[in-house]
Amino acid sequence: MAISDTTGGMDTTAGELHEEHHHGPAKGIGRWLFTTNHKDIGSLYLWFSLLMFLTGGVMALLIRAELFQPGLQLVEPGFFNQMTTMHGLIMVFGAVMPAFVGLANWMIPMMIGAPDMALPRMNNWSFWILPFAFAMLVSTLFMDGGAPNFGWTFYAPLSTTYAPPSVTYFIFAIHIMGASSIMGAINIIATILNMRAPGMTMMKLPLFVWSWLITAFLLIAVMPVLAGVVTMMLMDIHFGTSFFNAAGGGDPVLFQHVFWFFGHPEVYIMILPAFGIISQIIPTFSRKKLFGYASMVYATASIAILSFLVWAHHMFTVGLPLVGELFFMFATMLIAVPTGVKVFNWVATMFRGSLTFETPMLFAIAFVVLFTIGGFSGLMLAIAPVDFQYHDTYFVVAHFHYVLVPGAIFSIMAAVYYWLPKWTGHQLNETMGKLHFWLSFVGVNITFFPMHFIGLAGMPRRIPDYALQFADFNMVASIGAFIFGFSQLLFVWNVIQNVRSGEKATSQVWEGAEGLEWTVDSPAPYHTFSTPPKVD
Amino acid sequence: MTVRSANRRLITRLLLAAVLMFGFGFALVPLYDVFCRVTGLNGKITNTGPVEQTGVDTQRLVKVRMIGVNNEGMPWQFGPIDSLVEVNPGEMRQTAFQASNPTGRSMVAQAIPSVAPGEAAQYLHKVNCFCFNSQTLAAGESVDMPLLFVIDKELPEHIRSITLSYTLFDISPDKTASRSEEVQMGGSRI
Amino acid sequence: MGMIRIISRSFPLTLLPLTARAEWTLNLSPGVTEISRSIYDLHMTIFWICVAIGCVVFGIMFWSIFHHRKSRGAKAHHFHEHTLVEVIWTLIPLGILVAMAVPATATLVKMYDPKDAGLDVQVTGYQWKWRYQYLDQDLDFFSNLATPREQVSNEQAKSENYLLEVDRHLVLPTDTKIRFLLTANDVIHSWWVPALAVKKDAIPGFINEAWTQIDEPGIYRGQCAELCGKDHGFMPIVVEAVPPEEFQQWLADAKAEKAAAAEAANRSWTLDELMQRGEQVYLSSCAACHQASGEGLPPAFPALKNSPIAVGDVGAHIDIVLNGKSGTAMQAFRDQLDPVELAAVITYERNAWGNSTGEAVSPTQIADRLGAAAEGEGN
Repeated sequence: MAISDTTGGMDTTAGELHEEHHHGPAKGIGRWLFTTNHKDIGSLYLWFSLLMFLTGGVMALLIRAELFQPGLQLVEPGFFNQMTTMHGLIMVFGAVMPAFVGLANWMIPMMIGAPDMALPRMNNWSFWILPFAFAMLVSTLFMDGGAPNFGWTFYAPLSTTYAPPSVTYFIFAIHIMGASSIMGAINIIATILNMRAPGMTMMKLPLFVWSWLITAFLLIAVMPVLAGVVTMMLMDIHFGTSFFNAAGGGDPVLFQHVFWFFGHPEVYIMILPAFGIISQIIPTFSRKKLFGYASMVYATASIAILSFLVWAHHMFTVGLPLVGELFFMFATMLIAVPTGVKVFNWVATMFRGSLTFETPMLFAIAFVVLFTIGGFSGLMLAIAPVDFQYHDTYFVVAHFHYVLVPGAIFSIMAAVYYWLPKWTGHQLNETMGKLHFWLSFVGVNITFFPMHFIGLAGMPRRIPDYALQFADFNMVASIGAFIFGFSQLLFVWNVIQNVRSGEKATSQVWEGAEGLEWTVDSPAPYHTFSTPPKVD
Repeated sequence: MTVRSANRRLITRLLLAAVLMFGFGFALVPLYDVFCRVTGLNGKITNTGPVEQTGVDTQRLVKVRMIGVNNEGMPWQFGPIDSLVEVNPGEMRQTAFQASNPTGRSMVAQAIPSVAPGEAAQYLHKVNCFCFNSQTLAAGESVDMPLLFVIDKELPEHIRSITLSYTLFDISPDKTASRSEEVQMGGSRI
Repeated sequence: MGMIRIISRSFPLTLLPLTARAEWTLNLSPGVTEISRSIYDLHMTIFWICVAIGCVVFGIMFWSIFHHRKSRGAKAHHFHEHTLVEVIWTLIPLGILVAMAVPATATLVKMYDPKDAGLDVQVTGYQWKWRYQYLDQDLDFFSNLATPREQVSNEQAKSENYLLEVDRHLVLPTDTKIRFLLTANDVIHSWWVPALAVKKDAIPGFINEAWTQIDEPGIYRGQCAELCGKDHGFMPIVVEAVPPEEFQQWLADAKAEKAAAAEAANRSWTLDELMQRGEQVYLSSCAACHQASGEGLPPAFPALKNSPIAVGDVGAHIDIVLNGKSGTAMQAFRDQLDPVELAAVITYERNAWGNSTGEAVSPTQIADRLGAAAEGEGN
């Protein structure tokens, strides 16, 4: 238990420094099981997310190893499908979402001058049901008939009539994850709306807080819809209803509509907090206020609203009527406008600043560039007639990995490097951080850039073996994946080293950093802002 | 108002919102049907039952392609008597599908209709259709299943051919064991 | 339970250079239809617009990175909003989007116009093969992957069109508007041929339509584009476009071939002949699930080796192959195979892998079973 030992040590120091504040953390495992402290729960979320990231990563490497050459080398096609499914589910629900919730837990109270989250006990619950959900999900790998093998989008009837028996456990796991997300979201909204320090008006909120507030509303709006769709599946499978079963008058395409009504906002759930993080980091290392604060807030809100009107762009080939195709094409293209505004604002923030390039800034700049590339391919995918050629090919795989890996994941890493000194009280090891960044940056591009080519050349996604003309770029992508995958061990090592030791960090940490979180000591005391700070 | 009571009010509202959205997920099912009817999405036919005839548009001839499809595990021989029917909009037309059960057991089937292009679905009225009911056939039995339809005169000019397909699903009661249960049982029967 | 079933025999071989190596490409193919070419043009236009925007945005960003760095003594300015600039950079992208939407809409409208087709082809997706029915032509066949399993498992060098070859091509006439009517037998599939720019989902219980008009004769290859289960990657599509006259000839030949196959059912077949033919049929139609070894992939796909069906009552065996088994993945093969093939594969299953019944099922026996049903239909 390296975690409890080291952070425990850190907190003793904190306790000594702030004797006038409350008691320190409890001792032993009980501290983590029963904790209601937002910092503890934030750490739990982050460690859990790291574990899931590595698990999902191993699955990705298994996929890339199989795809290294044409022919079947390592796994059977059935198991390959289980890997693509589990990789997607674990990365989306286990790695990216909990990481953002973890960051929210750690940072939102400190950024708005609140002593803790609004609902600390619910906070404990919303974390502790997650490990059960994922234990259940992962256990399906060992069941008769194997794990879910119908893709993370689980289209009916492949996921209902034709599913392996483990689908029931998958459904319950999704229910629990959904409950956890909804509780987390409620907590975040309550904290932001009710717990702000006096003077911290809404339009003074740091952008990370704003983007999380909007994300939390998205979560409350769509996670129940996901719960609904898996409940319908459950009823179709076990209780003889026919929501998605054509034989009983149901409709498999209905599944896709309901799923993507959840799924598209879900995509923004995974990117809006990233926008918030980048909007914190770029001004710090540009030593300049964020350009266009108000337009950033409005852009984020309009992206969130538009996300409810574009779901069927995932379904251009199902046979939508012409008017439907046109509506969803235009609505989707419209999203480029607020997204463009955000990118322009980040560039304008850097323009005429005084830039330095510490590890968090490197990740943030890479985010802006690579996320924009993912945005461009997204714009191309939005054009319905051309989407008929792109749909369900590696071009799509390239697109969403560009927005999720150098997008969401890079933003999470940027955030961890940015706030780590505040959490541990130790200055970052910049050499190791930069090494991790450059290896990741190179690896991610070697992995995902060639996927654009193989997609355009005609390789469908989710296949375990492929024709010979796709061989070269698949090999390149696999090499890149191993570079990227193994360089994440550096990240793990970096974080653990930083938790254990390092140069003492000041409370300011970064020269250009602004905000309440930088006014408290590093490491942040176990209890912060028990008396609300004054914000002017 | 204290923070505590403000929190309580907010939680109540947000939980209510979550519950409402859960309900909304289910409400999407009927909403989708309405949406289909309006846009013709997916070629769902919603116009059934008696229809008032208001004259025939002899200026136009619409080709109606009839298709019979067996879903998985359905061994019946099934297909239209006329695979291509040409009708004037407004004209009532009778045709039929034939089905025979070649197996050694009695089976029950349900035919599910679909229309392409989906836009045409709202203009295809089925006055009488075998798809309204399930069909039972004893071992070796065969049957002609009649279909009486009329195409609305309001059919847009650009639609000159319509495809009407029926997919036959096996809904025999002995098929109650769901597939996944079968798999759990070991599926020893091939 | 074998979570990861290592395909052990193969590793050293895979490290050898591949004997056949197809030309790789970086970009979308312009294709051979009017639609595919306008899609390609649209794709390139949008691509260059994105490149241009990227150059401007990243250009400014990298200019800042080089010139406004602290190490070069840059001092931060203090501007942080400018309404006019913000309005401008909201409106310009909007204008670009409108400019993109116009040609996109025009192309889409063209794609949604299947009227006046000269030929209707029904395309049905099965796990894991395609069925093509030339409507009004009384021609109907299944198209299976033709790449031998040994190539997949790396025991044989891979052929030029590895995984993109089928036993029966979908032959289509050029310069003719062809309408595809798509549906599926089990789960959702998606029929995609890049050179024709046709991709449409085949959904069980629903009918979808798409169309194409091919300008150049040639062979165009595609794949299923919607995850449809275990062998989703192994159900390719091969379209062979020929001039209309040649197509008519091909139609006549195909029908004659069908008649000849029916004729062949009437002669007597020896056990050896049946076993030989049966092995071929088994490998293309049955081995995907029941495996070449007859051991299956339980529990979803049971073994045939020593199974009560394959060594038990022959009538029950014929019934299950002809009519499938409801509620399982076992399909009805009565329409997929002709009587000779059916007789051969059943004979093979009853005599391979140590199933030694010694029984030969004759094609006439099968034809009688099928005929009895057809007669029933006439009543």
